Amino acid sequence: MYRYDEFDAQFVRQRVAQFRDQVARRVSGELNEDEFKPLRLRNGVYLQLHAYMLRIAVPYGTLSSRQMRKLAHIARTYDRGYGHFTTRQNLQFNWPRLSDVPDILDELADVEMHAIQTSGNCIRNVTADHFAGATADEVADPRPYAEIIRQWSSLHPEFSFLPRKFKVAVIASEHDRAAMKLHDIGLHLKRLADGGLGFAVWVGGGMGRTPIIAKLIRDDLPEEDLLSYLEAILRVYNLHGRRDNIYKARIKILVDALGLEAFAAEVEEDWQRIRDGALKLPDEEIRRIQAYFAPPAFDERPAAAAAIRVPERAFDRWVVRNTHGHRQPGYAIVTISLKPIGGIPGDASADQMDAIADLAERYSFDEVRVTHEQNLVLPHVRLGDLPEVYRALKAIGLAEANAGLATDIIACPGLDYCALANARSIPIAQRISERLAARQDQIGDLKIKISGCINACGHHHVGHIGILGVEKRGEEHYQLLLGGSGAEDAAIGEISGPGFGPDGIVDAVEKVVQRYLELRTGPEEPFLAAYTRLGDAPFKEALYAA
Amino acid sequence: MGGNPELHESGVPPPPAPPHKGEGNSGAFAVSGEPDPGGPIWRGAAFHTDAWTKPADDEPLANGPLILSKTRWLAERDRLTGRNAPLGLQIEPGEAIDDLAADFGRFALIALSFPKFADGRAFSTARLLRDKHGFTGELRAVGNVLSDQIPYMRRVGFDTYAVTHGPTRRALAEGRIPEVTLYYQPSTAEEVPVSTRPWLRRSGQ
Repeated sequence: MYRYDEFDAQFVRQRVAQFRDQVARRVSGELNEDEFKPLRLRNGVYLQLHAYMLRIAVPYGTLSSRQMRKLAHIARTYDRGYGHFTTRQNLQFNWPRLSDVPDILDELADVEMHAIQTSGNCIRNVTADHFAGATADEVADPRPYAEIIRQWSSLHPEFSFLPRKFKVAVIASEHDRAAMKLHDIGLHLKRLADGGLGFAVWVGGGMGRTPIIAKLIRDDLPEEDLLSYLEAILRVYNLHGRRDNIYKARIKILVDALGLEAFAAEVEEDWQRIRDGALKLPDEEIRRIQAYFAPPAFDERPAAAAAIRVPERAFDRWVVRNTHGHRQPGYAIVTISLKPIGGIPGDASADQMDAIADLAERYSFDEVRVTHEQNLVLPHVRLGDLPEVYRALKAIGLAEANAGLATDIIACPGLDYCALANARSIPIAQRISERLAARQDQIGDLKIKISGCINACGHHHVGHIGILGVEKRGEEHYQLLLGGSGAEDAAIGEISGPGFGPDGIVDAVEKVVQRYLELRTGPEEPFLAAYTRLGDAPFKEALYAA
Repeated sequence: MGGNPELHESGVPPPPAPPHKGEGNSGAFAVSGEPDPGGPIWRGAAFHTDAWTKPADDEPLANGPLILSKTRWLAERDRLTGRNAPLGLQIEPGEAIDDLAADFGRFALIALSFPKFADGRAFSTARLLRDKHGFTGELRAVGNVLSDQIPYMRRVGFDTYAVTHGPTRRALAEGRIPEVTLYYQPSTAEEVPVSTRPWLRRSGQ
């Protein structure tokens, strides 16, 4: 993985020192909250319902054991002993004291981490496929490009006061595990016609109040032109994106208003002017960054797969659900579910983080990944080590064999924490998890995603079943959406009809699931396929008839 | 700028950068004002009086350096090209500049307006004026100019700042402008390429 050099290290230290001064001036009263707010937001510090919240960047979701241990230490020392992994592959601490934040940031800098650009109207932490560098189905590791973008976008002088936040995701597989088409810019690394690497560039995707799937603006961008093309897109957006209405300020609205062709023409004009300038990526620089992400020293003669079968059905279930094919024979990618039945999606205790760091060190070449589905991943585990890893995860309560199943629910923090929320998300996720747990294997692949407000941090638009919390006459109320997808078959779910109360929404999800089980051709037809075949009529009938 | 490009490798944090890199690059037209701690214009490392005035669009034009709106310039261009006193132009966010490409050489100053600090359009306009249109006169930030924006403004090509915000004026006067002086992007400002990645990295030291 990427390692800071002196330049990177000093950059982050300077930023921390600067923020320490700003916090001191806020605490002394020299800065009032209005003056302080834009400064703290640029360092990942939000003011939530009950306390400050610190959002820490996990660039493209990659962590070392050392970094994970530091997060555990921070949770224990400065917070309430846990942290929350988010749909942007980041980590949030919900209870830090403002006066501790500079110390926390210094502790993070000790392990090459920061909270820069995890909030504010700037280019946010760049996300990537959480199986990058491990999965067999990618053309190359997308993370070196995400790292190049991370560096280029850090405290960018021109693009730090954009109309609205700006999110970039990078994938390198036909299977989209990063919801790439729901980003302001989605980059799909691929082999170009000339044999070199390059990108399909998708622009103008997003969720929120106006969900839109990104449009393909360029199918053949050479890798050397990555930054100049991004700069051209950002410049057109910065100049022409709407600033009169926060809900219409994302690039998706601009692309829609201009039309893709006109938008692309604006970008093209600026790009042709700058593409051979300072931002052209030298080949040796790409290779230099790639070298940080070189595959680990895999065991060339790993244990045969047969050796891992242990006579335990729970283990078999876990292997089937929570492991994924690795590019290296004899290895597997392990998903650590942060969705124990009835638990809080994405939460991990300090002890769990430490235990996972130990597992990564021992069994996964020191690497952990954070997924946008709020799980963790051990990317490089020998098949022969799976039983040990399983037992260790079971001991910390994180061996639920539910990756991709109905209880593997995405949920935003909701009204339990968030100042923007209209309704709680977490208890709804917990009740649905409990309700469907016994039948989840029977139900099969099903993505349920819950947001506590229209901002859609819980990705409800792209859940196979989505739930949106709203406020109705002072009560929490929930809309149900069906048929969305955040994957390569990206689709926006449609509202089923009238919404439900906090108890009714759990019943409603169960009714939809029950109807699916009645109507599917068999277990080989997952929910989304059945919904696509059947349309919404039978599900509405189940929800609203009689 | 002096400075030591190797400083970043020494392990010692560099001292804070001066908040401004130097004089405006306004050539023969330079209209600088006089040093004045109470003056509105931050230039170099000090406040100055403002040598420019900006008449309203319906106000008769006085003598001396004037900053005109784009509307007025377009309406009175033919008459104004005969003027000998220095001319300035103020561009509001959202106003196009490409249609003025042939005119920029006439202006000793272009002021870009930040009506709200969060409105960052002028950052891109500044880049375009410097990089695309080759404007070498004084580029002035006016409006809601706040301390933590000034380093970004300098890096996209601004060289003077009309500052009314009290805390920002104090911060400038006391040399307390927050800035990370290592940069991950090449810019229009004078900066030292850093040896490890000279194509991209820069230092303000």
